[in-house]
Order: sequence, then C-alpha cells, then structure tokens
Amino acid sequence: MTASLPTGASLQEMPIERTGSPGSPPPARRFSRWPDVVFSGLALGAAWLTLALLAGIIGSLVVGAMPAIREYGLSFLWRAEWDPVQDRYGGLVMIYGTLMSSFIALLIAVPVSFGIALFLTELSPNWLKRPLGTAIELLAAVPSIVYGMWGLLVFGPLLAQYVQQPLQAAFGGVPFFGQLFKGAPVGLGLLSAGIILAIMVIPFIASVMRDVFEVTPPMLKESAYGLGATTWEVVYKVVLPYTKTGVIGGIMLGLGRALGETMAVTFVIGNMNQLDSLSLFEAANSITSALANEFAEAGEGLHQASLIYLGLILFFITFVVLTLSKLLLLRLKRNEGVRS
Amino acid sequence: MHTSTLRRLAVGGALSLVAGLALAQDITGAGATFPAPIYAKWADAYNKATGARMNYQSVGSGAGIKQIKAKTVDFGASDMPLKDEDLAKDGLLQFPTVIGGVVPVVNIKGVAPGQIKLTGQALGDIYLGKITKWNDPALTALNPGVPLPDAAIAVVRRADGSGTSFIFTNYLSKVNAEWKTKVGEGTAVNWPTGAGGKGNEGVAAFVQRLPNSIGYVEYAYVKQNKMNYTLLKNAAGSFVAPDDANFKAAAAGADWAKSFYQILTEQPGKDAWPLTGATFILMYKSQDKPASASAALKFFEWAYAQGDAMAAELEYVALPANVKDLVRKQWGEIKDSSGKAVAFK
Repeated sequence: MTASLPTGASLQEMPIERTGSPGSPPPARRFSRWPDVVFSGLALGAAWLTLALLAGIIGSLVVGAMPAIREYGLSFLWRAEWDPVQDRYGGLVMIYGTLMSSFIALLIAVPVSFGIALFLTELSPNWLKRPLGTAIELLAAVPSIVYGMWGLLVFGPLLAQYVQQPLQAAFGGVPFFGQLFKGAPVGLGLLSAGIILAIMVIPFIASVMRDVFEVTPPMLKESAYGLGATTWEVVYKVVLPYTKTGVIGGIMLGLGRALGETMAVTFVIGNMNQLDSLSLFEAANSITSALANEFAEAGEGLHQASLIYLGLILFFITFVVLTLSKLLLLRLKRNEGVRS
Repeated sequence: MHTSTLRRLAVGGALSLVAGLALAQDITGAGATFPAPIYAKWADAYNKATGARMNYQSVGSGAGIKQIKAKTVDFGASDMPLKDEDLAKDGLLQFPTVIGGVVPVVNIKGVAPGQIKLTGQALGDIYLGKITKWNDPALTALNPGVPLPDAAIAVVRRADGSGTSFIFTNYLSKVNAEWKTKVGEGTAVNWPTGAGGKGNEGVAAFVQRLPNSIGYVEYAYVKQNKMNYTLLKNAAGSFVAPDDANFKAAAAGADWAKSFYQILTEQPGKDAWPLTGATFILMYKSQDKPASASAALKFFEWAYAQGDAMAAELEYVALPANVKDLVRKQWGEIKDSSGKAVAFK
C-alpha cells in the first residue's frame, strides 16, 4: 500500500498484512506423525519388555526348580536337611534365617526410624532438618558389601565381646533364656545379620516415614497442640493414625530390602545350616547367602534345582511383601484424596 | 630399568597386534577358581610370547563342567577329577595342570607356626564337633609341652562350594571313619559345626580374627598372610609340614599311569603332605573344532614347558616330568572328526 496514510482514514479500514491468504488460520507446523508413533511404540515396548522379563524370570525359575519341586513338593518348605553329599535338600533353615534376620532388622529399624522421622518433622530446628535428612539418606548409598565387611571386622567382635559374653555370664544358667545367647563368641549369627540389616534399611523406612509425617495437614496438628496436647500425644494420636498406612508401606519397603540382601548377610550370618539351637549368636544361613555361596559349584541335578527352588521361594516372599506395601501406599493416596 | 619395561610393553603390544592380524586362535576356558591366578599368569605370558589369547573365566568347578559339556568353551577346569566312567560316558578326557596343598591353620596365643601336630582322626573330630576344647586329651597327647589353652575351638570352614573343601573333606573321609559315614566328601557338604567364610580369603580373615580358631586354606594364603599352620601325620606315619617338596612327594606317590583320576590326599611316601590335590582340565576327545582344540593344547604344552617358575611364584607346584609325559601321551587321543590326532606342538 501507500507509505503515507490518508488523514481521516480509520484504523479499521487499514488492510492488515498477513503472510497467508486472508481469513485462513495460521498454517500448522509441518511434522510427520511417524516420530510420534515410533516413540509411543518404543515406550510401550519398554513397558512390555519389563513385564516379559518378569514373566521370563519366573518361568525359568520354575523350570529350573522343577526337579526339586517334583522331588519334594511343598515339603521342601519344612525340611531342615541340606546335605549335598547325600543329595537331600530342604529349605527350612534358610527360610527361617531369612525371615528371622529380617524380623530382627525390623524390630530394631522401625523404632529407630520412627524416632528419626519424628525428630525431623516435629522436633528438629529448621537449620538441621536438611543436612540430617540428607545424611540419613546417604546411608542408603553405602554399598552393601561395605556393611558386610564392617560387620565382620569391626562390629562382630564388638558384639561378641561387649554384648554376648556379658549376656552369657548373666543368663548362662537360666533355662530357655540362657539358650538364646549360647554359642562360641565369634560375633557371627542371626543377631549380627539382623543388626547389620537394620542399619541398611533404616534410611529407607525413615525417609518414607518422614515423607508421610509431613503430609499430615498442619491444621490437625495445630488443633491438637491448641488443645494442650504434648508433642508425643500429637504424634501418637494425630500423626500416626493419619499416616498409618504410609508408615506400614515404608516398613514393608524396608522388609523387602532386608529379605533380598545378600552380601552383607553372607559376611556376618556364619553360613551354617543348623536349627538345633535357637541362639541368636549361633551361625545360621539365609536363602540369599546359600545361593551366593553354593550356586557356582552346585552340580547339575537336585542340588542346583533345590537352590533355584530357594530362589523361587525368596521371589515369592519378596513379591508378596512388595505387593502388600504397594497396596497400602495406594490406599493411603486414596484416603488423602478423600480427606483433603 | 624403566625404559626397558616400557620397551618390553611396547614390543609386547606390537607383537600381539601383529599376531591379532595373523588371526591367532583365541582359546576360551572356564571353571575352577583355585587355579585361576596361575592360568591368568600363564595366559598373559603366553600372549606376550605367541600373541594368542587365552580367556579363562573362573566361575567354579561345577560351572566349568557344565560349560564344557555344553561345548561353550574349549576346555573346562575342575578341582575335583571326574571318574573315568563319567569321562567315558561324555567322551571327555582330563589331565592335571598344577598341584596345590590345603593347610590347616590355627590362631592360638603363644603357639608358633608348625608347633601343633594333628592327626587326621583328631582333625576330623574337631570338624565333627567331638573335640571342642584345645586342651582335650586327644590334642594334648599329640602335643606334649605345647601350651594349649583351656578354650573352646572356633571351627572355621568354607561356606561356598569349593575344590579346597573337596580336598579337605576327601582327606577326612579317608582318615576318619565317622566323618565318612556322617558327612562324606564333596565341594559342599553338610558341615556338622563351624562358621563359614566365603572363599580362602574369608576363612583366612576369620582365623586371623578369632582367637582359638582353626580353619583350612590353600597354601598360598598361608604364605602370604604368614599364618600359623599345623603339622599333619601322613600315611607313612610321620609328621610333615606343608611345603612345595612335600606336595610334590604326594604327587609322586600317585599311580598316574593307571588313570588321571587321582586325588592326592593321604598318599604314601615318607614326606607326602596328606592334604594335596591337583587341579584338572577337561576336553572333548573328538573335536568338531580341531583348530581351537589344537590352540588350547598348544597353550598347555607351552605352560608345561615354560610355566613351572611362574607356578612356583604363586605357590603352586608344577607336575613331575614323568606325569607331564603321560599327559602328552594322552593328548594323542584328542582327534578331529576325520580321526586325525590334533597337533599340540
């Protein structure tokens, strides 16, 4: 058009310059649909691959364990014998060791984690919260073999010298109770394994607990404080009931980790197939350390099949634990949605 | 000094490069962990000398037997010899490479290496849990004048399946009747007592850490860690110390000409160390890949000829010359599909 506008001409009459033809929408950015299709295909493939791997692992475990399953069936679960020379196997000792060491671990880790989470959310001054929380989470980054070596070389001897021997001296003569502390003072056994596992799972449980404690609406807590409740009462009667399922979910996560831990346990559990003594200081065995120790040298046949059967049992135990924890966490999320 | 090492490295590198271009046959093997250090050392030196590469995966004897049966490797390695009939069934043959000794070690305050004497019977009873204290009459009778403490024996053994345990339990089965019926022999057994350490290093660490303990490890660990070994009474009735000459004496006593299925425990001979064992290689007699079989045999021939000093450095004992000749004779049985013997020279 012309460079100089005629005076008096209204703005509306001015032609508006457009790149395209007048009246049409701006052209869509040109791209092919292919990358989109390929990308979603790849993502779908990755998801299915994981599922297929899971199914494949279960399948190969079942196939590998078949000779032992056929030989023993479910009686494998309560047979205590493990004799590679006679080719007779049973999983009770390892299953007991795995469950018992994890139980001891939780017995220690849950109260400690609860204390950590409580301190971090309710009591700690603000400047300490972040460094302390990070430090506890860093514990989770320590490789498990380091815990194992530390347990074997440093912690075990201390435990034997300052815990087991005094306990033996004090309760040695007491029936039943004395039995719990029997055994050579070597610092290996279920208790050592349980304590090492506790140290390993504390960061997991503590950080989940802290997170769920933090989702408690401040209004609830402040109301309780306003009514004159002490910190303990607030935590026990308000925070804990509100976050119950989340706390249990966190404990389950820790339990899952404790059940599957191998190296640290192998170092300190003593690797002994016995159930004659219920002593916490007597060497025991766990599923994972039996697998780690014997698999490479196990001959074909029943020995190998029995080890794979043990693996299948462990898979089943951890699967159940993790499913339960997932279900609990899901329920927690749903409840939150309802209440807030 | 420094430059010569560098030059050697450079020459070695260049050599292997040239050899790589010349399509040297790579050799693969898998199996026992016990001889893994010496196989690795031989492989390294062999690579520098000839350019051929030998890959050895130390995955355990059991896995090694599995792999050779599946033909995924050129040779398998096992610390436990296979019986002749089992070999015949699968068309395999086996031959020994090096000899090693297993040594009982103790940790008792005030007791020097070699001061404690044990018999197979007493050692078996300790591992059966029948002798539980160091001042048990059975032990004090063997060791007059040695200050054995009034303390519980902390028994340590291997937790993982291993050829070392096989040699140890095989020996105990030969010399302790109760051990034979109750426990038996194997790479992993149902141990009546004791704490399990993982690997030789695990057992060595336990024994060094636990006061009044007893364990058993390969000889190399005794030397490296300066551990407190015991003397053992051998088949000839004399108390012997673990050393290279006594391991060799045990190997010399075996009747290799009859079969390579030789477990060298409790061998006759005045100086024979009773806890001696050889480690074995397994190969197929009829080869569908004669080129790689030939490469593997050439490697072992080279190791027999050149490798004794290297073995000694790592505390293994080389085979006596007459045994090597018997092995070479047996190599003649390895044939390709047309029935021609595979070359190893």
